[in-house]
Amino acid sequence: MVVAIILLLVAVGSVLFHIYSPWWWTPIATNWRYIDDTINITFWITGAVFFAVIAFMAYCVFRFHHKEGRQAHYNPENKKLEWWLSIGTAIGVGAMLAPGLFVWQQFITVPANATEIEVMGQQWQWAFRLPGKDGRMGTTDVRHISPENPMGLNRDDPHGQDDVVIESGEMHLPVGKPVKVLLRSVDVLHDFYVPEFRAKMDMVPGMVTYFWMTPIRTGTFDVLCAELCGAAHAQMRAKVIVEEESDYHAWLEQQKTFAELSGRSAVTKATYRSGGK
Amino acid sequence: MVDVPYEATVDVPPAEVAEVELYHPKSWWTQYVFSQDAKVIAIQYSLTATAIGLVALVLSWLMRLQLGFPGTFSFIDASQYLQFITMHGMIMVIYLLTALFLGGFGNYLIPLMVGARDMVFPYVNMLSYWVYLLAVIVLASTFFVPGGPTGAGWTLYPPQAILSGTPGQDWGIILMLSSLILFIIGFTMGGLNYVVTVLQARTRGMTLMRLPLTVWGIFTATIMALLAFPALFVASVMMLFDRLLGTSFFMPALVEMGQQMKYGGGSPILFQHLFWFFGHPEVYIVALPAFGIVSDLISTHARKNIFGYRMMVWAIVAIGALSFIVWAHHMYVSGMHPHFGFFFATTTLIIAIPTAIKVYNWVLTLWRGDIHLTVPMLFALGFIITFVNGGLTGLFLGNVVVDVPLSDTMFVVAHFHMVMGVAPIMVVLGAIYHWYPKVTGRMLDDWMGKFHFWVTFLGAYLIFFPMHYLGLLGVPRRYHDIGEAAFITPSVHTLNAFMSVVALIVGLAQMVFLFNLVWSYFKGRPSGGNPWRATTLEWQTPETPPGHGNWGKELPVVYRWAYDYSVPGAKEDFIPQNQPPTTRAIQGAAT
Repeated sequence: MVVAIILLLVAVGSVLFHIYSPWWWTPIATNWRYIDDTINITFWITGAVFFAVIAFMAYCVFRFHHKEGRQAHYNPENKKLEWWLSIGTAIGVGAMLAPGLFVWQQFITVPANATEIEVMGQQWQWAFRLPGKDGRMGTTDVRHISPENPMGLNRDDPHGQDDVVIESGEMHLPVGKPVKVLLRSVDVLHDFYVPEFRAKMDMVPGMVTYFWMTPIRTGTFDVLCAELCGAAHAQMRAKVIVEEESDYHAWLEQQKTFAELSGRSAVTKATYRSGGK
Repeated sequence: MVDVPYEATVDVPPAEVAEVELYHPKSWWTQYVFSQDAKVIAIQYSLTATAIGLVALVLSWLMRLQLGFPGTFSFIDASQYLQFITMHGMIMVIYLLTALFLGGFGNYLIPLMVGARDMVFPYVNMLSYWVYLLAVIVLASTFFVPGGPTGAGWTLYPPQAILSGTPGQDWGIILMLSSLILFIIGFTMGGLNYVVTVLQARTRGMTLMRLPLTVWGIFTATIMALLAFPALFVASVMMLFDRLLGTSFFMPALVEMGQQMKYGGGSPILFQHLFWFFGHPEVYIVALPAFGIVSDLISTHARKNIFGYRMMVWAIVAIGALSFIVWAHHMYVSGMHPHFGFFFATTTLIIAIPTAIKVYNWVLTLWRGDIHLTVPMLFALGFIITFVNGGLTGLFLGNVVVDVPLSDTMFVVAHFHMVMGVAPIMVVLGAIYHWYPKVTGRMLDDWMGKFHFWVTFLGAYLIFFPMHYLGLLGVPRRYHDIGEAAFITPSVHTLNAFMSVVALIVGLAQMVFLFNLVWSYFKGRPSGGNPWRATTLEWQTPETPPGHGNWGKELPVVYRWAYDYSVPGAKEDFIPQNQPPTTRAIQGAAT
């Protein structure tokens, strides 16, 4: 009796905790509301199954616990029941998988008008890069990395001269514009993680990974590293500031290009100003 | 193989393989230390696993102290925290759970449950334990070497695992990889034994479809381990080469702290594929023995046959097979080709179906049973709750796009602790309460057992259930201190402190259990040969604890399946597997 009640309380308590939990996801800041919706669908389905199974179990314990003279029923199997339960489960699984795959298709399909930006991770800081007025980012290689060229840009690549290099650990983005975030690392695995964005992806040395999103509200968001990267993993922070387009341009004006930073500023700065967005 | 497993047979065919002469120990050393008796090896495995498991328990306390009260304990810094999580994870998954389920329970139960005198290769079986012990010693030695144990996380992802930004880069990682290689060598020797013993050494009448589910679980898990561990073996050897010889299997061109390194051309993601090709089956290598054992606990203590035995067997086999094609669901945000997501999400969610069938059949076994709320049964109930909970959160993480926000957060930590930490340990504990009388001839104390159960079950649930919600909020895992961030509210720290206090209490409750194990060995109530009135062969041995060779002069003959509980018309509410059908039934069968 007591055991059955405690088991039931665990089920009821879990549901109540879910409803009244003060710990819940952060207000979303990108277009990935679909992900939240899929999580909610999953919560509904799994929550119902969890409660049903535990409540049934608690009832069995209450109803069939040992008493003098009780004999268990002899019932090796019931094919029909087992098949129906399997089919029901398959339907439930399908109801979670279908929206999941549908949203994943959107997640990996980058819109053509997305602006590319780059995030680079290294132990234990972040750097950012924006394409200059030519709209293309120059090539990079870890072999180019030096104290003067920490992001490893190719000095001979004309597309790289006007790239905006941001090492302050503070990245700005205009609200409402889709961005494709290119991710790379120069040493170990990192993961560009902003809880409010929902999207995240590992950064892997030797390759470029990506995700895309459209910021939908302005604000300042903490960047954390979500893939263990060594002793100071927890301190690897930056900020992303999503702002109105005019504020964004004002900020962009103050940033330095790769050519400026490497002392070849004269020509490129001019072109960047005149032709820049 | 009989078509309908639950019908007893009258005629049992003669044995196809003649009995082989047993190895007989000649001295105290060969009887108790370098023993070739599977029962002694089982106890050696179990005690070693428990000892190193206690180290993991202490590490979890230290981690919880740091997480609950960051900055309070000056003896825990960021590097040490990473070393604690790494060693805790590795010990729990491999050196405790795998070793205990397969080396411990497998060795003890397989020969007894299939009606064999011992494992088929006793000498190799003995070597298996000693190589395992060596692996444990090498692992434990990393606490004492310069630089300490590796802090790369139990997943050991390169490049960081072998670079200087990670603690334990000197000796820790080298010894960790060496220890894993040793463990796999030792396991392979034991694993071959378990598989061949189940296939070759079953007694007369013990068809595959009459095996207790415990044997099915351990048998399938062992086959999986034999296929999965080689991937880890290869990955460990290659990483050892990268670290010691400067090869570049997993190392691309990179710059470390401003220094150009000589590596180039390797793939960090390749390691992840190898690791999880082992790592995901590993989850089921731990889970399948737990599934099997808990089925037998529920059936015995509910005095009812396991519901849907055939479905249960096929579910075990299906889960075992499917678990080899789901590994990359650990890598949705690794940067692998995004199209993999469709495939691995689908296979992962399909696994939910055979798994759900098992859960249904456990609770349907309780339906109209005669449920004795013994300590093993309580642990079985605790297993069902924690396993259902952890299994369902797996549907979040397996569904590729849902995993994106949740991966690498405390949600993942909560999920895998619930499903492959708490749930299998519930089974381990229940199984110890269940079989301790067979091993020692004495019952464990019931009052201490119930206290142990309630504190452990409710405590573990209170730790890990709320932890999911920290992950939903966005708290990342493997942070020794979450520090300042706008989304971290003061209530996060309150919850962390609460979980830490509960963790300390749950840990202390295990001391009661250890005391019970020792106390009952000397003072426990004598159990007799079959205290739970169970049907399976291990309870029908002529001596308790079973003697050398298990069965006295004659091997048992099996006439029926393992679940003849509460058979209508039978005198008792159980019929042992080796009890021949009555004359009346024989006449019935003849007509």
